[in-house]
Amino acid sequence: MTDQAIAPNPDLVTVTIDGIDVAVPKGTLVIRAAEEAGIAIPRFCDHPLLDPAGACRQCVVEIPDAGNGRGFPMPQASCTTVAAQGMQVKTAATSEKARAAQEGILELLLINHPLDCPICDKGGECPLQNQAVANGRLQGRYEGVKRKFPTPLRLSPQLLLDRERCVFCQRCTRFAEQIAGDDLISLTERGAKSQVGFYGNAPFTSYFAGNVVQICPVGALTSEAYRFSARPFDLVSTVTTCDGCAAGCQLRADHRHGQVKRRQAGDLPAVNEEWSCDRGRFGFVSGRGDDRVTTPLVRKDGELVPASWPEALEAAAAGLAKAGSQTGVLTGGRLTREAAAAYAAFARQTLGTEDIDCRARALSAEETAVVPTAPAVLNASPVTYADLEQAKHVVLVGFEPEDEAPIVFLRLRKAVRKNKLQVTALAPYRSLGSKKLSATVVPTAPGQEAAALAGLDLDADTIVLGGERLAASPGALAALAGVAAKGARWAWLPRRPGEIGAIQAGAFPVAGRDTLAQLAALQSGELQALVIAGVELADLPDPAAAAAALDQALFVVSLETRLSDAAHRADVVFPVALLEETAGTFVNWEGRALPVAQVLSRTRSPMTDIRVLQALAEALGRPGTVPTDSPTRAAAPRTVSVETAPTPAPTPQGALVLATHRELLDDSRLLDGEPALIASARPIVARLNPATAKAAGIEPGDRVTLSTEAGVPGVTFDALIDPTVADGVVWAPARARGFNLAAAGLAAGRPVAIAKEVAA
Amino acid sequence: MSDKQVLVPVLTANWGQDQSWKLAQYERTGGYRALKTALKRTPEDVLTEVKDSQLRGRGGAGFPTGTKWSFVPKDLNPKYLVVNGDESEPGTCKDMPLLMASPHTLVEGVIISSYAIGVAKAFSYIRGEALHPIRRVRAAVEEAYQAGYLGKNILGSGYDLDIVVHAGAGAYICGEETALLNSLEGRRGQPRLRPPFPAVAGLYALPTVINNVESIATVPAIITRGKDWFLSLGTEKSKGVTIYSLSGHVKRPGQYEAPLSVTFRELFDLAGGIRDGHHLKFFTAGGSSTGILTEEAIDVTMDYESLLKVGSQLGTKAMQIFDETTSVVRTCLRWVEFYKHESCGKCTPCREGTWWLVQLLKRFEAGQAQEGDLEKLLSVADEINGVSFCPLAAGAVTCVTTAVKHFRSEFEAGYNTPAWELLPYERSTAWATPAVEGAAK
Repeated sequence: MTDQAIAPNPDLVTVTIDGIDVAVPKGTLVIRAAEEAGIAIPRFCDHPLLDPAGACRQCVVEIPDAGNGRGFPMPQASCTTVAAQGMQVKTAATSEKARAAQEGILELLLINHPLDCPICDKGGECPLQNQAVANGRLQGRYEGVKRKFPTPLRLSPQLLLDRERCVFCQRCTRFAEQIAGDDLISLTERGAKSQVGFYGNAPFTSYFAGNVVQICPVGALTSEAYRFSARPFDLVSTVTTCDGCAAGCQLRADHRHGQVKRRQAGDLPAVNEEWSCDRGRFGFVSGRGDDRVTTPLVRKDGELVPASWPEALEAAAAGLAKAGSQTGVLTGGRLTREAAAAYAAFARQTLGTEDIDCRARALSAEETAVVPTAPAVLNASPVTYADLEQAKHVVLVGFEPEDEAPIVFLRLRKAVRKNKLQVTALAPYRSLGSKKLSATVVPTAPGQEAAALAGLDLDADTIVLGGERLAASPGALAALAGVAAKGARWAWLPRRPGEIGAIQAGAFPVAGRDTLAQLAALQSGELQALVIAGVELADLPDPAAAAAALDQALFVVSLETRLSDAAHRADVVFPVALLEETAGTFVNWEGRALPVAQVLSRTRSPMTDIRVLQALAEALGRPGTVPTDSPTRAAAPRTVSVETAPTPAPTPQGALVLATHRELLDDSRLLDGEPALIASARPIVARLNPATAKAAGIEPGDRVTLSTEAGVPGVTFDALIDPTVADGVVWAPARARGFNLAAAGLAAGRPVAIAKEVAA
Repeated sequence: MSDKQVLVPVLTANWGQDQSWKLAQYERTGGYRALKTALKRTPEDVLTEVKDSQLRGRGGAGFPTGTKWSFVPKDLNPKYLVVNGDESEPGTCKDMPLLMASPHTLVEGVIISSYAIGVAKAFSYIRGEALHPIRRVRAAVEEAYQAGYLGKNILGSGYDLDIVVHAGAGAYICGEETALLNSLEGRRGQPRLRPPFPAVAGLYALPTVINNVESIATVPAIITRGKDWFLSLGTEKSKGVTIYSLSGHVKRPGQYEAPLSVTFRELFDLAGGIRDGHHLKFFTAGGSSTGILTEEAIDVTMDYESLLKVGSQLGTKAMQIFDETTSVVRTCLRWVEFYKHESCGKCTPCREGTWWLVQLLKRFEAGQAQEGDLEKLLSVADEINGVSFCPLAAGAVTCVTTAVKHFRSEFEAGYNTPAWELLPYERSTAWATPAVEGAAK
């Protein structure tokens, strides 16, 4: 070893805070540098993921030397001051000036605060409360009049604002503008009358609105779902992974009295940073309804009746033994990888069938071939959130990130704002999400995605994100995988949280029948029995046919948390644990394995899927075929070449084509029990372009009926005439209150007829 | 006579002329000659002339105008010139009369300044309440377009410029340059974080120069008469002439244009001194936010440096002058009420602090102050001082601290005696005559 001096890193500056030297990257704010040194500086408006505001002034520090030999005469806000080489900083710990200034600010913040901590949701986890105790005066001196507001102000069906508690940190308004892009709230009035309010007339129905409750440093913002339901110090927190979609957000589930009271975004910088969407935050009470399955049910004389476990296991074993390998297994896409692996083992080892599939949606043979080759499934250099943030160009195809993976949308928006990411959307219309991403929209009718993708210039700086909807677009998935040939990277994003894990775990038809083939085989009698878990028949392309297939099957075993359309048609129903009552792993769209923690451990919790399958295997005389901790095995990829990929079916000349997808908030059964969340859904409209509207005689304000062909019953929407809709395309949400396009025979890429609704 | 020696009318020279706001009259007295001169020179040359004249910002901060111009990148376009006409400091009334009497002086200044900086679009942001001046400026801009002073290829020089006259929506804070930019962009009038400075990312995130109306209006005179003329006036570091506004208990309130070497006493004498039978109690030097001075400071030179030395600032050169009938507590309360009303609400000290100060001062005014309130008043002022986002709150603090410093006993009287009993308010109205006073007694 030579004793060479260590060369200073030119990208670092060293700043001295309270006598401690900290080396931080150039451009680092003093408040961040202090965090690096473990020095606490009180703050309200500062948030590491929001642009600095310098509004609350709580974080002021003394800077006797700014690094140039000169100091500031007055304390400076450490959240807006950039650390400089040689800068000397004294926080309240070492500077009387800084301490007095911080104390003064806290006193001023409290003069108009109602001090209603005993009835405030935030009390116990409140930065204002904590910092007032740690950094404030022992006694307030204010004897004057406090500001009063009518309270609360309803910002949206979900969000309530107590303006008297507000400290005007602008975290909520900055979040809305900078992070979500939904600048529906804003500061209004001025001076002492300042208040957070509506920017215009619209309520704050952002998909991400719930985050502002979490980042509010006081109790000013509360949610209808949680307000007044618990005190923070009574809650037990468990870090887990969200089951809302395949984004893989870390969540903190807080429970008390055997019930989850709230979910908050966790802190996982690699995935969701510190955000979550409202679906993940609020959509967790669906298992609390009257339809929860609590005991095994066995069909007797045509009726499902409660039965003991031994009786139900015996009945199920008898039915399944009879069918033997002529049994299909459908697992749905919401299981942990461990549970999916148990089903895969149960299918192959216990029953001896290859007919297993995790997909409960539109699918295709092309998808069955392509998806197992996805980098995330193979865990072979998959695209990550960090890659999206650093990318130069991202192409979205068959994928509306705000609806289908909201946290992916937030990361893309961050990259657009901070790193000048260019986004191209191959989409049927310019969505709100596309606007917020400043995306270039290439109007693309469903079914034309492969051709649209072929028309793009793709290079090694491009990432293509394809959604699960591509399964219904012939050639699109092959084209998605084919972008690798041009050097671009790609990722496939299913919507359900368990699909990638299930494919890895083998709950996928490597050599057997896929979901739709199983249903067809049940109908034709080629398959006799079905084990079905977590599948909503309404999610399938033809819900009526699926129901008929189940009715036709000789024997159906359902493993369910709630009585579903499938369970109602089963011969034996086993209750299984909710996700919050089980542990395991979700694999998100990146291929990242994320832990699902058991939040609740009540003694009366039902058994998990794995435990039920093990009991069934025993009852079938095949103990040990479903291991507790099944090794995951990736499905062997089938080979597919772009050249041989099917070509899109031509649409009849002049016919309109339907485009559709499910929005984030619709009539999903997972959102049951949370009316405030569902009320935050977007308006239900059908979008058509002016030419289409004119041809059909539809004017703004009219209602339009969509049907498979003229004259047959369809679904009626408020018409939205939107010039960004691709020619010859009509878009409508796939599902919402009271309708399901699939039930009316309407599907993406298929012809659709429109007619102006005539008032009765 | 002595008036002639003290006063140097430049910007105010044509104010008394018939229809001085019309283009024809402005041209008759030499208007737009400076523009013709400037357009024959290179932009760099014009910029250097202004820089070398040592003209300093007339809006309060006193930053060298030419230096500010040289901060914007030369080759980066578009960039903007924004004229700050949001004059609203209590006591300040120099820009509004200028815009009323001679809007073409501003328009000519904008064209020459824009040419020097290299901008093709300039904005005049004028206080929204000042409807009449806005109309005058709009009419002047219209006349200038028709005369070929604005638009494409100005006077055949190949230089293009458009001016947008924008009316503010009534907020004192929009006189702060970054709040003004927010307001001009249609956003909430709140100051922005710096850096980036406007010279780098200002209006619409493009390089922007922001100057006070008077600074820009001074430019044509510098071009016509040359930097040496300008340098010959004023003091060592404060060059040229400027408009001083005198108001209050003086016999002849109004605008007085003089070199920056003038003393307060000279201006005070020009205004006729205090109304008969009364004497000077206190005055502001540069508007309410610069605090109050008393007779001790009567010989102070009204330049940037000398006023700093006596604990005040040149500010907007607005002298509010009060005689001995005035309650300093009441005056202070009115000022702080103004700052409370005008606080944008962004930062804690200003929003909450002015709210508290007003309540405390009201107790002093009503004679209901409690033991310890004076210490509390100063302590709250201290909590606000120096930690606010922008200087607005400092103005409120300075009112309070200087008032207590000079007239502590009057505040102490507030523990027992209402201010209106100590100094009956009707006596301090500007039109109260000694006769009325006698009758009142």
